Amino acid sequence: MARIIVVTSGKGGVGKTTTSAAISMGLALRGHRTVVIDFDIGLRNLDLIMGCERRVVYDFVNVINNEASLNQALIKDKRCENLFILPASQTRDKDALTLEGVERVLNELSENYDYIVCDSPAGIERGAHLAMYFADDAIVVTNPEVSSVRDSDRMLGLLASKSRRAEQNQEPIREYLLLTRYSPQRVKLGEMLSVDDVQEILSLHLLGVIPESKAVLSASNSGNPVVIDDKSDAGQAYQDVVSRYLGEEVPQRFIDEEKKGLFGRLFGGKA
Amino acid sequence: MSSNPSQNTSPAAVELKSGSITLPILKVHTVDMADIDQQLQQKLGKAPEFFRNAPIIIDLGELTEEQKQALDFASLLKTVQGLALAPVGMRGGTPEQQKLAQADKIAVLADVRTESALDNAGEKKPAPKRAIPPPRPITATTKVIDQPVRSGQRIYANGGDLIVLAQVSPGAEIMADGNIHVYGPLKGRALAGVQGNLEARIYCSDLQAQLIAIGGHYRTNEGEDDAFKGKLVQVFLQDNALVVESL
Repeated sequence: MARIIVVTSGKGGVGKTTTSAAISMGLALRGHRTVVIDFDIGLRNLDLIMGCERRVVYDFVNVINNEASLNQALIKDKRCENLFILPASQTRDKDALTLEGVERVLNELSENYDYIVCDSPAGIERGAHLAMYFADDAIVVTNPEVSSVRDSDRMLGLLASKSRRAEQNQEPIREYLLLTRYSPQRVKLGEMLSVDDVQEILSLHLLGVIPESKAVLSASNSGNPVVIDDKSDAGQAYQDVVSRYLGEEVPQRFIDEEKKGLFGRLFGGKA
Repeated sequence: MSSNPSQNTSPAAVELKSGSITLPILKVHTVDMADIDQQLQQKLGKAPEFFRNAPIIIDLGELTEEQKQALDFASLLKTVQGLALAPVGMRGGTPEQQKLAQADKIAVLADVRTESALDNAGEKKPAPKRAIPPPRPITATTKVIDQPVRSGQRIYANGGDLIVLAQVSPGAEIMADGNIHVYGPLKGRALAGVQGNLEARIYCSDLQAQLIAIGGHYRTNEGEDDAFKGKLVQVFLQDNALVVESL
């Protein structure tokens, strides 16, 4: 039986698709059979970030409407044989998704995969609701910024009340906080919310902190999940995140400002 | 819970049971539609969320016979519905007005003898029992919440007290017919005594609420409550004003 993880946030543009790509690739590289599904019907991005946009023939909506089988729609990743991608439709909109259809697809995938990562669209409407309804774990991606924190709080409320586990009184969804685009320098200057500030409002288990990094843009431009770029700070941070998710004790890095030596300050170019 | 087992061979699809529900009654005192509209908006503006889509009874019993004839009932209905209220019944109108109500699927309820109606005692019949609100239940249940109340969530302790053992996020609403206790930071909105209990109190270990209300009397926090941040306080009504006191 697969573990279903939803990557959600409420607010848009905080790093859900980047995170979905990174975490699913990270899990697959550790040997787990993983599938990542794009729930953003009509505005699909996951295929771009994963670098498989030219290989999309059938999509999630085709499978739900029985116009194609799951095997026809799933795209095998060229870099890792354990990773598969189920892209969203670009031509339709979120009304094409039905609860029964999503349930059927997830049940079918559960038989063959260890982890199913659901990349939620922004907002709290149908697409986001369907992405989180069947989840076992939720990674709530938040920027250290007031509107993102408030929207994440709203999303946590929905996870606790409108998911299948909540409606059927089962063990609640395990919620994790992922703080992205974190800049220790700005936190020190008092311009940005610190980890403690965010935790005071959200009170969640901290899965990790991803620093603001130029590597993220380069990764999406090249179609390679940033976790592969293990020289970059963001890549390493995501690798820590995957380790922590799998239960390893990994100390939090990237929270405190890095002390740069003279050469670092002369030649280093971190944002 | 089931009806006569000896008579039914198949499981009951529906049941008709009698129950009592307390509803707000809108008593109309004038035929001036502009006045009615303006005052209604004022009253609703004080607690918009509470009144949004709230069921109400329209009571024309306070008007004289002349006023009733002069009242434009269709216009009154439009005004009320336009303010997002849901009229579910009316009483005290003329036969024409009753027909109008029924056309709009609004129930016509029997007249009630109110205090001012005693003046017209000759015309009205004694009120049937169902128009009077039921007595409060003897046992009040307390609702206990031990998970954080997140933004956008609404918790309502119907008929009793509410105890929250975790934080209440900004944007969350907690309501109770009785008292409210929050053993954690209260950053959202807390409304105690929502059915009109002016004796209700709010107890809090860290008051940072956006809005506090007791029995409909409310206050938003524009900085004056920051002095109580982190302290154990109680909030109660004194002479129709909200008082915050540290414990």
